[in-house]
Amino acid sequence: MFDLVSFIPRAVAQGIPLLFGSTGETITEKSGNLNLGIPGVMYVGAICGVIGAFLYEQNATNFVPLLGVLIPTAAALVGSLLMGLLYCFLTVTLRANQNVTGLALTTFGVGFGNFFGGSLMKLTGSEVPSIALTSTSNCFRTALPFADKLGWVGTVFFSYGFLAYVAIILAVIASFVLKRTRTGLSLRAVGENPATADAAGINITRYKYMATCLGCMTAGLGGLYYVMDYANGVWSNDAFGDRGWLAIALVIFTIWRPAVGIFASMLFGGLYILYLYIPSGMNLSVKEIYKMFPYIVTIIVLILSSMRNKKENQPPASLGLPYFREDR
Amino acid sequence: MNKKNHTSLIHISKRREVSLGRRWGIRALAIILAFVLSAVVTMIITGLNPIEVYATMLKGAFGTPRKMWTLGQEIAILLCVSLALTPAFRMRFWNLGGEGQVLIGGLACAASMILLGDKIPNALLILIMTVTSIAAGALWAVIPAIFKAKWGTNETLFTLMMNYVATQLVAYYIIVWEVPRGSGKIGIINQNTQAGWFPQIGNFKYLLNILIVLVLTFVVYVYMKRSKQGYEISVVGESTNTARYVGIKVERVIIRTLLLSGAICGLTGLLLVGSTNHTITTTISGGRGFTAVMVAWLANFNPIAMIFSSFLLVFFSQGAGEISTAFGLNQSYADIMMGIVLFFIIGSEFFINYKLHLRKNTGKEGA
Amino acid sequence: MEQRTAAVSMRNITKSFGTILANNKVNLDIFRGEILALLGENGSGKTTLMNMLSGIYYPDSGEIYIDGKAADISSPREAFQHGIGMIHQHFKLVDVMTATENIVLGLKEEGRFDLKNASKRIREICDTYGFEIDPDKKIYDMSVSEKQTVEIVKVLYRGADILILDEPTAVLTPQETDKLFAILRNMRGDNKAIVIITHKMHEVEALSDRVAVLRKGEYIGELFTKDTNSQEMTNMMVGHAVSLNIDRPEPVNPKVRLQVKGLTVRSEDGILKLDDVSFEARSGEILGIAGISGSGQKELLEAIAGLQKLESGSINYVDDDGKATDITSEDPVHIRNLGVTLSFVPEDRLGMGLIGNMDLPNNMMLRTYRTGGHSPFTNLAGPRKTAAKVVSDLDVATPGLSTPVRRLSGGNVQKVLVGREIASAPTILLTAYAVRGLDINASYVIYHLLNEQKARGVSVIYVGEDLDVLVELCDRIVVLCGGRVSGIVDGRTADKRQIGLLMTRIGGEEHE
Repeated sequence: MFDLVSFIPRAVAQGIPLLFGSTGETITEKSGNLNLGIPGVMYVGAICGVIGAFLYEQNATNFVPLLGVLIPTAAALVGSLLMGLLYCFLTVTLRANQNVTGLALTTFGVGFGNFFGGSLMKLTGSEVPSIALTSTSNCFRTALPFADKLGWVGTVFFSYGFLAYVAIILAVIASFVLKRTRTGLSLRAVGENPATADAAGINITRYKYMATCLGCMTAGLGGLYYVMDYANGVWSNDAFGDRGWLAIALVIFTIWRPAVGIFASMLFGGLYILYLYIPSGMNLSVKEIYKMFPYIVTIIVLILSSMRNKKENQPPASLGLPYFREDR
Repeated sequence: MNKKNHTSLIHISKRREVSLGRRWGIRALAIILAFVLSAVVTMIITGLNPIEVYATMLKGAFGTPRKMWTLGQEIAILLCVSLALTPAFRMRFWNLGGEGQVLIGGLACAASMILLGDKIPNALLILIMTVTSIAAGALWAVIPAIFKAKWGTNETLFTLMMNYVATQLVAYYIIVWEVPRGSGKIGIINQNTQAGWFPQIGNFKYLLNILIVLVLTFVVYVYMKRSKQGYEISVVGESTNTARYVGIKVERVIIRTLLLSGAICGLTGLLLVGSTNHTITTTISGGRGFTAVMVAWLANFNPIAMIFSSFLLVFFSQGAGEISTAFGLNQSYADIMMGIVLFFIIGSEFFINYKLHLRKNTGKEGA
Repeated sequence: MEQRTAAVSMRNITKSFGTILANNKVNLDIFRGEILALLGENGSGKTTLMNMLSGIYYPDSGEIYIDGKAADISSPREAFQHGIGMIHQHFKLVDVMTATENIVLGLKEEGRFDLKNASKRIREICDTYGFEIDPDKKIYDMSVSEKQTVEIVKVLYRGADILILDEPTAVLTPQETDKLFAILRNMRGDNKAIVIITHKMHEVEALSDRVAVLRKGEYIGELFTKDTNSQEMTNMMVGHAVSLNIDRPEPVNPKVRLQVKGLTVRSEDGILKLDDVSFEARSGEILGIAGISGSGQKELLEAIAGLQKLESGSINYVDDDGKATDITSEDPVHIRNLGVTLSFVPEDRLGMGLIGNMDLPNNMMLRTYRTGGHSPFTNLAGPRKTAAKVVSDLDVATPGLSTPVRRLSGGNVQKVLVGREIASAPTILLTAYAVRGLDINASYVIYHLLNEQKARGVSVIYVGEDLDVLVELCDRIVVLCGGRVSGIVDGRTADKRQIGLLMTRIGGEEHE
């Protein structure tokens, strides 16, 4: 039988990094910036968390769990913020091509992550054989105390580390801000029609910077969650894989709605591991086909939304285009 | 009446005219700055002095004949993907699907080698490999193009997603054809018979690839600069309005151009599988579909200039690779270095296209 | 005039763009509880003047007083602080948002962000003045008239009591226009000051209390609407006949070249742009097309050139031997393949006629690159020769042939475009606003070129906006009004005041 109780937590665990990434990218894209550097940003978020935790674990004489959480989190946020600032400086201030800048950011970010992941021990001259941040990871993985007393309800809903809940809360907040606040309204206007927003007195540059940087920080937390919670604090190069791109796919799949992202990310997470649960007998190859689903579904959503041409379901109208007032 | 001064200290305007010298001067300056910064970073990490950093990089790229051949091969393959993307980009069609188109081309090639190897004469096999690879790449690129032409579906995101579908398709066939069973990889195809392996020119394993890409560079250059189709691509890219005004069928040009773009990507897959590696993995394209975007963009989509931009990136990558090997660092060091170079060049474009005017903020000025 | 304090007084306002003087020492008073019509032809500086009130432009010199106090308006935000709101011809709205969202966009109100409350206030405004819009409707679902309403409500929501409307009826049907006018009268009743920019005489008569006339950037005068008539206003607007001394040779052996019958065209959003247009163009003559901008000129030329979808009607080309060829709904390439050399100088020179980033030979090649048989390659030798010839024949000021055309001045860009279109030895030459933005000398070069083509037996169709030029250059003039032909007059006998009336009324009668 299909074991739903064991399936759901694993799907959620797979989905959370995607949720962070897609929430971040949605906020960014709402400002008209198509940040293809998100995969790189997530790597940087992860590795900065790892570096923070590594240095703390190596140097702390007695490990304080609160600091064990705060230091890596702060490091991840700062790292991804810097990536966001770099992207904004190039695309907003210097008006560089967003696609090229994003791809360069991903090259750099993935390289940065793998480089420090592989060289951290050598660089610090430490004696440990591999980076396994067990104590830090245990802090991140602490589930609510009553989770195991609630049977399957506990397993399905309460068995996750705190970052999983942060991801959901952030998605809800993002959704609320976009839909229900003045700031969200202005942000959407910037992404849709910067000339109109500019005429209405909205500071385009500030909104683009804010949205992109906050988006990058959110995505960076996805990397942090992956390494600290999902991967039990063990960094291995390239293990994060294509999740960054999957997060961008998720943005399209949810047609730019963070709240939908909560369920869609779990669905994607489920599709990602579904092959483990579908009995395919000796035929291992089919599992690779299953892994295609999230992307195919995303393509179908993209096509259908362009065919139906319903305005709400389109990408923000100025997505990918730089804004220069004097071009008007 | 006094006019309140609302203007900021810096005013930015578009340059009307940029001389060739200035254009390349700014770029050269950006590259030099990138070299300096990367040397500084390397110094901090490795403790080498700058001269040694550059020496090590040069050694990594040109140190031995073997390294030079590898350099040439890497440039050729990267250049080939960049050439593929060029017509699409000239049309302002952001084909980010080079990765997938290369993979599918490679897959078609591997499939022909595995399924038909030893069954038909080698020359025919190579012909079939060539045709199927090119067709497969073209097919992979034309799917998003059709949707773009008919419904305006966002091609950036569509082509991006196609990459991962291609990756999984390759992963599927790798398991189907895996040798030995359970290894999770295909291994060298037709190891004993060498059926479908491209012939080697003399003792130079990579020479054929390099020659093919050199010829292709010239062909793409001529196609873009001199052919009627290339001219139509430029017109559509500059203004679809003007294109319609002179009677160009924009949709048809989009589809035709992406067939070409995908076909050259497919050819790259053919070179990688049939000529270089004789096997296929999901990572055989190695991110070149993306790096090529930057190569093409840095060269302003000029095929001849792309020889230099791909050289620059490959040189950095090989050189930084040497540093990482020599110091037991991780190979990803090269990616960081490449990132730095890219950021500088990307940033420098601004100073080519825009002019900064510094203003004295006097607070008030007569109206 | 009676003694009352003007809501707005503009004194000696001058504004120039480069060498063009858009407003020259203009004086204007706007009063509350009154509708002022600002009347003038295209390019007379009406919009520029009002843009200085709404903070888009800043005057070079002159003063603005609001309620008697000197005011300094350097941004739209400051204009709003003075209670001035302008409704532009091109709406600034975000399509995917609702009316309410667009109306509150960018406002920094105190308190909680409450769209429901905003909707309520919008409904109140609507009820006060008689607007009919649904605040929760998305902009993309709205008709042009609804969008305009949103723009007006946006201005009112921000507390404006001085409203400027820039040709508000250009995009409206007669019924919608009536509704708008009723609303504007309500606002006048509410003691708001209203300015409506227009060049339609019957609107001035139907709506305004006072009318101020601008001509070529100069303030001509003002009148109380009840004391004047349309003839007097037209005279003020178009001025006395000015002799431009443009040559007009007699047509030599004119024959019918182009027959347009019952042409009807709708825009993509279903608005009727051309309504049953029929006329003939003859070889060896210049046929002028007059009309207020947006009366269907663009659609007419594009329809003939094969760039417009037709709803109905036919276009026939007649060659020298009297053989007719049907070119209805053919695309530009097919038209050429049928042996019809039709040249077209479009209004949007760099966006449609030329490619700004390409050099001269490559721009010449746009028309000819298909030639040369089945060779897959382009041949730049011919275009290069053409470019060199155009440069020398038309005196194009350019650093060289390899200069991208966007770097040339407006007049030289136009010479390149016209030169290319003439180079293919056309039998029909369509031109849209061929001298717009050109200085006097460049304009005369163009007139001369057109006359040369006429002498060659080409049928030239000249869409123009300057009536003085039309009556001196053209042999016959088709006058369009709201997509319909309101008259065809002889250029030699026509009076530009008569044409001015035809432009606003079908057959010279009041058009309701």
